[in-house]
Amino acid sequence: MDWSASLQGLVGGIFIGLSAVWLMATMGRIAGISGIVGNLVTRRPPGDSAWRATFVLGLISGPLLLMAFGGGLGNVEGRPGAVVGEPLGGVSLMLVAGLLVGLGTGLGSGCTSGHGVCGLARLSKRSMAATGVFLVSAIVTVFVVRHIWEIGV
Amino acid sequence: MNAAAMRTVMGYIAGLLFGLGLALAGMTDPARVVGFLDIAGAWDPTLMFVLGGAVVTTFIGYRLVFRRTRPLFDEAFQLPTRRDLDAKLLGGAALFGIGWGLSGYCPGPAIASVGGMTPPLAAMLIAMVAGWFVARRYAG
Repeated sequence: MDWSASLQGLVGGIFIGLSAVWLMATMGRIAGISGIVGNLVTRRPPGDSAWRATFVLGLISGPLLLMAFGGGLGNVEGRPGAVVGEPLGGVSLMLVAGLLVGLGTGLGSGCTSGHGVCGLARLSKRSMAATGVFLVSAIVTVFVVRHIWEIGV
Repeated sequence: MNAAAMRTVMGYIAGLLFGLGLALAGMTDPARVVGFLDIAGAWDPTLMFVLGGAVVTTFIGYRLVFRRTRPLFDEAFQLPTRRDLDAKLLGGAALFGIGWGLSGYCPGPAIASVGGMTPPLAAMLIAMVAGWFVARRYAG
């Protein structure tokens, strides 16, 4: 096991937790990305859009700042010029995946952050169930795609 | 500054902490995420540490925060009140899991990766927003 990657994962996770606590302490909101951004683009609740927009700006600037000033900190090191790892598939696969992610988190009222972090921390039964279902469904999907169809995504 | 202006600043800081966390953890790298989901392959446990660190931090932090009667810059805590399990919740979670497994992107990392935009990522983001519109229309 790669202990360095695991430790950096733990530190990154603590940052994510601090973000969730910060959002609850200052604004009383759940730090669920699909809810924060989904409502920004589909509903625009009156008087409630500005912080959602600045949240998105912060979310995008985090990885950029780490690449610019992080000096190789974290699990993104060693990819000069790239903030992110390469997408694993082409445009058509990502269109299908994106639609499923949007539809699924919209219908299911949350994603890995809203259900998987904030919901589990609140010991919410709905979030526990949702997190269990999307983890199993994702694991089965990867198993089918990689080991049964062997299309190597 | 008034409360609304403070909320825009607090929102940025929350987003920044989240984006830094995702990048530090390596969650903006889809290969690492799929490596975690691929339990029959060369399993990468990093995501377990990320989730663990985030959930434990939030669990402790929420308990401190909820000692107050209201948040610092808003009127009330806005917490989900539903307790029931229904087909929409579980079906939605199942669809999300398929999309997550196919791409290695859940919504946070997909949006946090905008700074490294590629055509497949743009396709992912556009389709994800379309999915939110469809879900909102279908689900009311």
